[in-house]
Amino acid sequence: MIFGAILAGGVGTRMNISQMPKQFLPLGDKPIVIHTIEKFLMCSRFDKIYVGVNPEWKLYMKDLIDQYNLDKDLIIIVDGGTDRNGTIINILESIKYDFGDRDDHVIITHDSVRPFVTLRIIEDNITSVLRTGACDTVVAATDTIVTSEDGKVISSIPNRTNMYQGQTPQSFRVNLLYDLYNDLKEEERETLTDACKICVFRGYPVEMIKGEVSNIKITTVSDYKIAIAMVGGKGLD
Amino acid sequence: MINYIYQLVSPGIFSIKYSDIDSSNKVIVRPKYMSICHADQRYYLGQRDANILRKKLPMALIHECCGEVLSDKTNTFKKGQKVVMIPNVPGKMRKGIFENYLQDSRFLSSGYDGFMREFVELASDRLVMFEDIDERVAAISEFVSVGVHAVNRFNLESHCYKDTIAIFGDGSLSYVVSCVLKSIYKDTKVVVVGKNINKLSYFSFVDQTYTLDRLPHDFKMDHAFECVGSSGSYYAINDIIRHIKPQGTVVLMGVSENEVPVNTRDLLEKGLNLIGCSRSGREDFKKAINLMSNKEFCNRLKPIIYEDMPVRNIEDINRVFSTDLNTMFKTVFEWKV
Repeated sequence: MIFGAILAGGVGTRMNISQMPKQFLPLGDKPIVIHTIEKFLMCSRFDKIYVGVNPEWKLYMKDLIDQYNLDKDLIIIVDGGTDRNGTIINILESIKYDFGDRDDHVIITHDSVRPFVTLRIIEDNITSVLRTGACDTVVAATDTIVTSEDGKVISSIPNRTNMYQGQTPQSFRVNLLYDLYNDLKEEERETLTDACKICVFRGYPVEMIKGEVSNIKITTVSDYKIAIAMVGGKGLD
Repeated sequence: MINYIYQLVSPGIFSIKYSDIDSSNKVIVRPKYMSICHADQRYYLGQRDANILRKKLPMALIHECCGEVLSDKTNTFKKGQKVVMIPNVPGKMRKGIFENYLQDSRFLSSGYDGFMREFVELASDRLVMFEDIDERVAAISEFVSVGVHAVNRFNLESHCYKDTIAIFGDGSLSYVVSCVLKSIYKDTKVVVVGKNINKLSYFSFVDQTYTLDRLPHDFKMDHAFECVGSSGSYYAINDIIRHIKPQGTVVLMGVSENEVPVNTRDLLEKGLNLIGCSRSGREDFKKAINLMSNKEFCNRLKPIIYEDMPVRNIEDINRVFSTDLNTMFKTVFEWKV
């Protein structure tokens, strides 16, 4: 079975303009997370779409789904975890509990704060993960990337043609990611905050899917202003 | 949900507009195959008047398109239903007036965004479903419906003597009108008059073709369709007036940016009936889909369709418009953004 997993567990510590988690801030006429869920609902290949939400905001999320008349039969709200991987693991465990422990279950995880994802990207992820077991959405880096070990002096400047910027969706076979994660030591879990990084760390190949530069992650106030401008709204001051 | 709208912002330059979709009481369709019309090409190349371009751009092009229903708040279609999209959005209906001539009608891709979008939201009556039609052919349904509309008006307004009908022009429009005429008037002699012998060779199903320089001086027809347009309209219309029999009907379909002088003396003397035809409405689309559901009719359209590589991004959009400049008839492509 094919599952969507919208990661909306964050409580928004970087936005500083609202007590409300950033995924619930308005973009145009509706909250960011609703735009994201609506785009996932356009994909007929999903059997269910899980939304991982901080327990304190679950009721609010349910209200939004009612208010925007989304297809409740397809959406399952579960508790988010303490961090990104925690939310993914909660969703993986819910899938196993709800639909059994099957090797053909795949999950398309996506940041709730990337509402500009396209149906093409989602479908490319599904096609890839069914074939390969793991894939990540990326765009070629346009800026030169520099690395620094101490944060003061450049350690190296890798060849830009080999550099990509990671986006989401990131997609996996449910059992693959679950087993890899549970196999990690506690200190490894603290550094491997990205699910694809877990696969790469364990030597499992992750196929790259072409993303879109517009598939931005709304994390900071600047991102939010850009997103509002992109949909033709007035900026915030 | 945020929609990607690929707008032409100035000739040859596209940009993406991101816009929230209002799907209440609408059907959301994902475009699958598109076809380029001369009207799109004129915007793309900047061949429209500068004032018109200033007024209408930015705007998404393309009004010939088929797609697939993704969601339907009106409960008219099931998910996955294949549909063709009607670009005409009629204003207040008036009895006896076709929807495509209503003064408050809107046309998507002329002042309003056409179908070059990630999703298109339309009222359910702006969609016509189809099943067993090759999607590359279904992409030109709007174009076929324009031919159907013209033949329908001709049928309503022309006299009953229809031994010979001439079609002036050797392009896609002429081809489609010929197909529609041959499928309806089985006993009528259909003659196509054109300039390009290579193009005329595609019209294997009509009764006779002539290049203009070989058209006999004494050639006569009962009625005629003008499918030339542009600067050729002047010559075509006056040739038609010269060769048509009295009280014949002339259906004018070719678009010209300039005003066209017409030999009104002979037009009056022969008592000719001129019908201007443009665009089409829902009934024409339904008839077009009916015709195209016939395998023979559908196969008849295939020779004029050139399928370019799929379009995945703005560079690809530029590529298909460039390809279209070098194809003889219709350019069709899969929309995979």
